[in-house]
Parts: sequence; structure tokens; C-alpha cells
Amino acid sequence: MSGPLDGLRVLELAHERTAFAGKLLADAGADVVLVEPPAGAAQRTHAPFVDDRPDPERSLSFWHYNTSKRGITLDLAAPRGASLAGDLIARADVVLEGETPGRLAALGLDAEALLARHARLVWVSVTPFGRSAPRAAEPATDLTLLAGGGPVWSCGYDDHTLPPVRGGGNQGLHTGAHHAVMALLIALLERERSGRGQLVDVNVHAACNVTTEMASYEWLVARATVQRQTGRHATVMRTSSSQTRCADGRHVNTGVPPRRPEEFGRLHRWVRDLGLEAEYPEAFLLEMGMRREHIDLTQIGQDPEVTAIFGAGRDAIVLIASKLPAVEFFREAQTRGLPVGVIYAPEEVLDDPHFVARGFPVEVEHEDLGRSVTYPGTPIRFLGSPMRIARRAPRLGEHNVEVYAELGLGARDLATLRGEGVV
Amino acid sequence: VSTTPGSDARALSHVRICDFTGQLAGAGATRYLAAFGAQVIRIEDPVRQGRWDILRGTSPFVDERRGIDLGGAFNNHNVEKLGITLNLKTARGRELLERLVRVSDVVTENFASGVMDRLGFGWERLRELRPDVIYVSNSGFGASGPYRRFKTWGPIVQAISGLTFTAGLPDQEPAGWGFSYMDHTGGSYMAMAVLMALYHRARTGEGQWVDMSCTEAGATLNGPAMLDWTVNHRPMRRPGSPHANRNAWPAMAPHGIYPARGDDRWLAIACRDDADWGALGRVVARPFTGEARFADLAGRLAAEDELDDALAAWTRERDAAATARALVEAGVPAASVARPEERIEHDPNTSAWGLWPEVEHTAIGRVRVDGLPVHLSRTDWEMKRGAPCLGEHNAQVFGDLLGLAPEEIDALRAEGVI
Repeated sequence: MSGPLDGLRVLELAHERTAFAGKLLADAGADVVLVEPPAGAAQRTHAPFVDDRPDPERSLSFWHYNTSKRGITLDLAAPRGASLAGDLIARADVVLEGETPGRLAALGLDAEALLARHARLVWVSVTPFGRSAPRAAEPATDLTLLAGGGPVWSCGYDDHTLPPVRGGGNQGLHTGAHHAVMALLIALLERERSGRGQLVDVNVHAACNVTTEMASYEWLVARATVQRQTGRHATVMRTSSSQTRCADGRHVNTGVPPRRPEEFGRLHRWVRDLGLEAEYPEAFLLEMGMRREHIDLTQIGQDPEVTAIFGAGRDAIVLIASKLPAVEFFREAQTRGLPVGVIYAPEEVLDDPHFVARGFPVEVEHEDLGRSVTYPGTPIRFLGSPMRIARRAPRLGEHNVEVYAELGLGARDLATLRGEGVV
Repeated sequence: VSTTPGSDARALSHVRICDFTGQLAGAGATRYLAAFGAQVIRIEDPVRQGRWDILRGTSPFVDERRGIDLGGAFNNHNVEKLGITLNLKTARGRELLERLVRVSDVVTENFASGVMDRLGFGWERLRELRPDVIYVSNSGFGASGPYRRFKTWGPIVQAISGLTFTAGLPDQEPAGWGFSYMDHTGGSYMAMAVLMALYHRARTGEGQWVDMSCTEAGATLNGPAMLDWTVNHRPMRRPGSPHANRNAWPAMAPHGIYPARGDDRWLAIACRDDADWGALGRVVARPFTGEARFADLAGRLAAEDELDDALAAWTRERDAAATARALVEAGVPAASVARPEERIEHDPNTSAWGLWPEVEHTAIGRVRVDGLPVHLSRTDWEMKRGAPCLGEHNAQVFGDLLGLAPEEIDALRAEGVI
């Protein structure tokens, strides 16, 4: 079975802001041709490297973000570069680029002009602040976008002498990429009916601004400001802890403590099953929780009995967690109908039996290493047209011969272009 | 493909979605599609007054009024949708849902896995009702595997997928994300799932079931860390790791969030390369910026704690916003850690973008919501109508779309079907 975007042709000008969007499209079956400068994309210099040996063909960051793509080299600034790019664009459904506004136009690759020439083309531009923004030319990174765009304000610790925290893994750039993919798919579906493409302007700073959940709408609706707290939502009114340490030193998210009578019943039974009654004299409060109506969260701090019962549920969970290793606590709690979550490091996800059972870790052939490498699989499980990692990221210029052949250029033309430093 | 008279200029006005989603992880997906003109028909339970979605009727509120239609978060996540009520415990309710599925391109839900089967509307049944239907289910762990019955909400998804762990400082417990990043992001993947499946159907005529697992979507967001483990056997769980405000991939230094003058004021600075370091040095102009050992990246990384302390001593005495501006003008990426008020009311970039549109909600009145961070040059998004009040569009959907007479709709209401 082929992927949902089988047949879609995407030309991606290599950039850290477009790489993840290009990967999602390529893993979904689109033919994504990654255009790198002859010296290689900047992402090839990004750690980590295989065996920590820096090399353009050994960057694991590049490997992850460029699966399933074909790769060619082309110097857009060389005399023939822009015209070759123009020929490639003429054959594409989508151009995906993350250049600073104005750079491509200066090279003779003006989005508006190319859209006028190619009526069906969808041009996707992913920039820090949008193409025509007051701040369009400002430098920015994942860190500064997440800080200036809002998410960082909400993340960190109860102790505000510690700095707020930027969640790891380039999530600001990922958020921009998610919006790029959604918007370009919408433009393609619209093209199905109108026959016309258009310009898609993606603003990463704006994407961060609308990825803050309560922080934005508490202000928009009620002019209230949330404050960061350890391991839980930043809120206007302080809430109690929802993260605790297990017997093996690892942490779990304890979720929302019991509110319904049946949940108090499950927790009470678990305390008994573990023989913890002696250490937990407040068990009678759980029994009260079992006998009363579902707890109204707005009564916490107002009604002393409700407050005591709710607190007892939380204390029981913390006590049980302190007796069990984190993974065991998580599975046992969930099996008993109490939603909690183990806090895994990324590598631990790949070994978890649930993820393994669903085939999430996948093997990707690396004939260059003489073996396969385990990758995280794809984010969406289509049962009729599956996403999948079709192959490892391209080596630099790996598909020059076949892609330029599609433009009618033979081996001799390619040798000339190589000699001129164009490819 | 269904059509709605008079709205054919919108990008997705040819798409009708029978929508059971709620909270943010589901509702955020169909919100995006509705903003581009998809006809999203949100179905709620009249008996529980739609309270399956815990955001319906809860804070924040615009004023002192309270009620099931007045929740600010619910409004934010459900703009531009139609809302109907339908009691699926009644035979007539199920029959009406069957008719609605037959005229819908897509069915979306984010119940716990298995709930749609129990309601009698699992994949096999939906496919019988409409052979080319697209069914997107979005649950914490997906519909198969040992954890398929486990329940999640955003912070639990983040915990399991590795995102909570990677948001932390050395010698501290995980800080995690102070909001449901994976509700936003799970919603984005759910919207992608709908859109990719529609694209596939346009090519092949085939519908399909998409079994989305939010924890799988989250686990794809730490790819390089996972490859560092599977290739180099270096785990993220090791002493000194993570150090989330620093950046190893690519390596940058200085790179962090530094204290600024005032109460809880902070400043993010990222020197991408030696040129940025030189530019920073010209702004900071303190002896440490001229030290030879800091001249290249390797030297700065080797003494990163010392470098951060020296830079923090400089930032601590300064205004966050003004210092960020001075650094940016010198070409160095920098930003003050923006409070909601600052980025919503005083950032010319968000206002010029139209990022906080005002919608008209039937009960709440006019209120601002999150806009979208994309603009399409011909068929852009619009947000004008607020979230539906409970059953607000019953007459339109049961009458205009399904062809019921007003008396029939009144009878359904009297019988508790809607």
C-alpha cells in the first residue's frame, strides 16, 4: 500500500525550519526532493554524530529529519542555479522553503512571480515572523521563538529563582512545521477544485503564540496571568503538585487525583492490597470519598470535608508511588483505572512493550554502516494508506543523476555543472 | 462530496465533518478545519449537557455570568463549528446519527479507545453507512497494544512520550510543559490525518480509518535523542542531563535563559556561531567577552557554566526587553521571556498578523480567541462565529441538512432525543 500523499511532488530547499515538514510529507509518500548547497545543508553539521565523529554523512539530526527524501545539490546563487531551480519548480506541486524573506527573490526566485507563472503551484514559506512582518528580518532560534512567543513563560519550577524552561527537542520549530503541513494540505485540497495554487505564509513566532493553551486565553478572556509551577500547568491560582518520585528515583505524573466514588474505591483497594493501611491512617477519608457524590473541584479549599477527602486521595497516590518502581506504578495504576503517567526519557519509549507491540520503533537500512538502525516510527497510523519511513536520509547529492535526468540533463551536463560548482 | 450553498469560496467548504471531538486534543483539530470553511457539526449529549468535554461551562469567563454556554476555553477551541445535541442511547438518536454519517465526509472523535464501538459506531459500522468515509480516532495509546485501555490527558501523554523529561534543568526533577503541548500538537496531527486522508480519497476514492495515538505522535518529537541512543547508546537519562535551556544539537554557547532586572524577568540569548559571539561582545563590552579562551565555540562549551555566570551577572542589571532589542539589532538572536499581556497586547508582530481575532458568541458576546499562524494568499482562514451554544444549530442541521420538519424537531426535543 502506498502512502496518503503518493504522487505529490515537493521541492524542499534545505533549511532547519522546513526539514521536519518535509519529513512528514516524505514519510506520507510524497516525492520530496531536498535541495542542498554543494557543500551540504547546515543541518549536516548538527550533532549528534555516529560515534561522535563529525561528518556530513554522520549527523543523526540530519538523518532523522530527512528520511524518505531524495537529495540533490544545487547552488542557488550560481549563475545557472536559479534557472535550474526554476526548471525543478516547474515540475513540482509544492515548494517548501524557510529562507529569510527577500533572499530568494534577490536570486531571481521570487515566490509571487513563480506563482504567477505556474498557476497550480503551492509555495510554502516558513519564516520566524512571517514574510511581511515588522520583525521579518530579525534573527531567531528555537529558544528565542519559544521565549518571545509565549510557551517558555509557562514552563519551569515552583521556585521562581530558577529560570523558566524551554522544553527540549526544537519544539518551536516543530510547531511551525506542523502548521506548514496542515496549511499546505489545505491549499492542495482547495486546488483539487479550483485548479489554482497559492502562497502559504507560515509564521513560527505566531505558531508559538497560539500553542500556550491557558496562558493566552486566560489573558484574552479574563485578563489574568498564569504562573509557572513544577511539572504541571501554569495557572492563575496555584494548584497542588501532580508529580512525584517513585521507589526507583524516577518520576511519574500522578494525573488528576480521584474525584469519583469508584476511583476512591479503586485507590482504597490498592492501599489494602499493598498492605499499607498501617502507614496510611487517613484511609477512612478514602472510604468517605467512596460514599459521597463526585467531588466538585470548585469546592476544594472552600469545603473542609471535600478538601480533606481530595487531599487524602492525592496523599495515597504519593504513598503508593514511593513504594513501587515508576513503570510498575504506572501500569498498575492504569490497570486499576487510575490515569497516571510514567515520565520516560526519550530512549525508554522505544523499549516499552506497548510501543513495540504497535510497531512504533522501525528498522531503517543503512548499507553505509552495514546494518539497520532503529528509528522512531511515524506519528499517524493510516490503516488504508500507511505512512512509513521509506529509506534513510539521502547522502549529499545522492539523487543528482536521477533527478537531473528528469530535467533532460545527462552525465556530461552534470559533469559540466559540477565543474562549474553549480551542483 | 457535500456542498453548502453560498460558501464555495472557502478552501474546505466542500468538506463536512461529523465531529465528536472535545477538550483541545480533538477540538483543536476540527477548529483548524472549520476556520478554513469545513462544515464541522459538533455532536453533544443532551443528557449530560455536553459535559463530556470538561471545558464546556468552565473558567475563564468574560464576566460574572456562569453557565454551560459561557466557558472561555470551550469557546476558544470550537469557533466556527455548528453544534447539535443527540442522545445516542435512544433508537431515534442512533438513526439520526446514521443519516448524518451518510452525508459526512469525515467522522472525528477523541474518546478513549473502544467507546465508538460500544456506541455502535465503530469503523465497520461507519464504513457500512458510507463506504468512502474517513474515520479519525485520536486516543492516548491507539486502538491496539497492551495500553489501549489506558487513559491519558495532555500531561500524561507528555510524560510517556519523553517530552516532560526533556524539559528540565540539571539536578532538578523534570519541569515538564506548563500546558498541554500535546493537546495542541495531538490536535495538529489529527488535523493532518484528516487532510492527508482527504487527499488520498480525492486520488483513489477510498476512505479509511486512521488510528491515531497521541503518545506515538509525541514520541516522534525527540528523534535525534532517540537516534543518539539507538546508534551511540547514549541515554538522555544521565548525570547533568537534560539541560533544556542549553543547545547541544546544534551546539551553541552562550545559549540560555538569563535573569533580568525586576521580578521574575528573564532573557533568552542564543549565539549561533563565533560571529554572534563577537556581536554579543560588542554589546556587552565586559572583560570576559574579550577573553581568548572564549573566542571559539569549543572554548565556550568547555567553560559553559562560567560563561553563563558571567553573562548572567551582566543581564541581571538590565531590562529584559531593551536588552533583547539591543542584541537583536546587533544581529544576535534574543528575546525577553514574554508574559501573555506583552505578546498579546504589545507585540506589533502578533497584531499585524491578525493573530487574536474577535468572534461573536451567541451567549458570551464578543471575545478574542487564538488565531492561526498561517496565511493563505487566496483562500485564507476566518474566525467570526464563536463556539456553538448547546444544540444551537439543531434546527439548521436536522432541518436544512437532514430534511426534518419543524414539528419533528420539536418532537425530538420533547422526547429527549436532542
